[in-house]
Amino acid sequence: MEAASVPAGLPRTRRLGDRIGDGVLYGLTAFAAFLAVLVVAAIVWRVAAGAWPAIRAFHLGFLWHNQWNAVFDEFGARDFIIGTVVTSFGAILLSAPLSIAIGLFLSELAPPAIRTPIGSLVDMLAAVPSVVIGLWGIYVLAPFNAQHLQTFIHSILGWIPIFGGDPHTPTTMFSAIVVLTIMTLPITSSICRELFLGVPEELEEGALGLGATRWEMVRTVVVPSVRGGVVAAVILGLGRALGEAIAVTQVIGNFIPLHASLFSPGDTIASRVANQYQGATTNLQIAALIYLALILLVITFITNLAAQRVIKRFEFQRTGGG
Amino acid sequence: MSEISLKATGRGRRRLLVNRAAESTAVLAAAAAIAVLAVVLWSVGSRGIGAINVDFFIKGPSSDIFGGGGGIAPAIVGSLLLVAVAVAIALPTGVLTAIYVSEFAPKAIGRQVRLWLDVLNGFPSIVIGIFVFALAVKVKVPVLGIGGRQSAIAGGSALAVIMLPLVARSTMEVLALVPVHLREASLALGVSKWQTVLRVVLPTSFGGILTGTTLAVARAAGETAPLLFTCAIAGQIVDWNPTHSVQSIPLTIFEYSESANPAQHQQAWAAAFILIVFVLVTSLTSRLLLERSRKKLGLSR
Repeated sequence: MEAASVPAGLPRTRRLGDRIGDGVLYGLTAFAAFLAVLVVAAIVWRVAAGAWPAIRAFHLGFLWHNQWNAVFDEFGARDFIIGTVVTSFGAILLSAPLSIAIGLFLSELAPPAIRTPIGSLVDMLAAVPSVVIGLWGIYVLAPFNAQHLQTFIHSILGWIPIFGGDPHTPTTMFSAIVVLTIMTLPITSSICRELFLGVPEELEEGALGLGATRWEMVRTVVVPSVRGGVVAAVILGLGRALGEAIAVTQVIGNFIPLHASLFSPGDTIASRVANQYQGATTNLQIAALIYLALILLVITFITNLAAQRVIKRFEFQRTGGG
Repeated sequence: MSEISLKATGRGRRRLLVNRAAESTAVLAAAAAIAVLAVVLWSVGSRGIGAINVDFFIKGPSSDIFGGGGGIAPAIVGSLLLVAVAVAIALPTGVLTAIYVSEFAPKAIGRQVRLWLDVLNGFPSIVIGIFVFALAVKVKVPVLGIGGRQSAIAGGSALAVIMLPLVARSTMEVLALVPVHLREASLALGVSKWQTVLRVVLPTSFGGILTGTTLAVARAAGETAPLLFTCAIAGQIVDWNPTHSVQSIPLTIFEYSESANPAQHQQAWAAAFILIVFVLVTSLTSRLLLERSRKKLGLSR
């Protein structure tokens, strides 16, 4: 909103105090906004600078070398990167369909009276701190997985290498995937709910009026009209999964080299960084840890920017460019 | 007289069955999410509540390695200190940023600020911890007497970076809900812009800003990763000095959860119980208040 400018013929009546006040408030707020944006640049700069000794020592080879040996100062990130990708995509594979289903339930299916309470309960899951999820992961989920879930999957699909090995280990990549699924679920599903609620009612009623069942209405009208947004919601969930450090480090077992089986311990970039917070001694090891953080920063930066782009374009379409 | 059956057959029947299956899937998915929440809450509640007594709030960790007892008073004080530092930094910066975007900025710049706040919001919290570590902890020259070592100020700053986009974005939303005619009425009375912002716009949106901040506090209070490198190595006594490294509730849970001592596991559950109660109560009340302040502005959704 623009303030009307004073017509040329009138004398300026604004008092000095007001002119100063306007200037000061404008300056302060603009400075704060500048600071907020500057933080993003400062993060990229400081993390890159902190990683510089390791970048100079290992170059890009860091990405595909595979040791973590503080005694010989040999560091490589390959298995952490693989672990991050496997656990995050595993979690997304589980949580995306579940989230879409929850979004549909909350927007189309549930009676209006229970929509808000159930929606709030799902949101509450997002509010549970990750360290609490991790604590629960170690002492409740991981033993349950070792005794029941992993053994069950192994007994049916054990001939596939990723479900092979010994299914009785509690702290595994699989436990990390389940924890990450739980943590991404509320994020993705609440965005999906908002998206589905935004689909014009006339379209939905039109489909129902033509004799479609509710599922056919969802499949032919609701989902296609917000497909881009759903993809973005899933990518935002992915970003969360990629960067989660604490809960993962608690349940994954922190071990490399990786096994082919999901039922064995592993490690991710974020969990290795979190796990080494007291153990880092040499300067090169600290720099290597920061190098890991830099890789994570670049990955999440790209995923988030991509998701924001899609969402922005989608909102633009929906509001007719407003 | 032959009756005409209204029961669907063939193709129609299959469509109805598919529909039924899809609906059940959706119901089951929602039920699963709520079941997980219930199981987590129940685990924490049933295991944690036993270790909670007065000592738990007022005493430090017991010096007996294998004994139980003792409490987490240093961690409670430390968490208070960390969150206070974070709010002191993030609240003014966030609110001023939001005022700039909604009252002053040209559209294009406002969009950029929003975008970068969202990007900041998506950064992993462990990376933000590493950032503050590289900026203020692992430097030779002490900045303002706090650099060069871990401290509550360093940890609080990391939490502030996490809170900033949350506070700024929620404040922007509330400021956008303040009716334009209120601003115009004030300006038309000859009130200057800064007075309009401070005396009309901000008071109208005060409730919303408060709830947005409370939500951000709930989030920051539970964050562990940013503290690992900035405020982790601390003494076992209550310490109110923000230039010292202090204990905190999330880190206590993290460390006790990996400890070999069963008595500490119990303490971890109890600390988790306190943390979860705090987080859920604050975020629930602030959500309720948010709904109310939306309604008050006559713009309920």
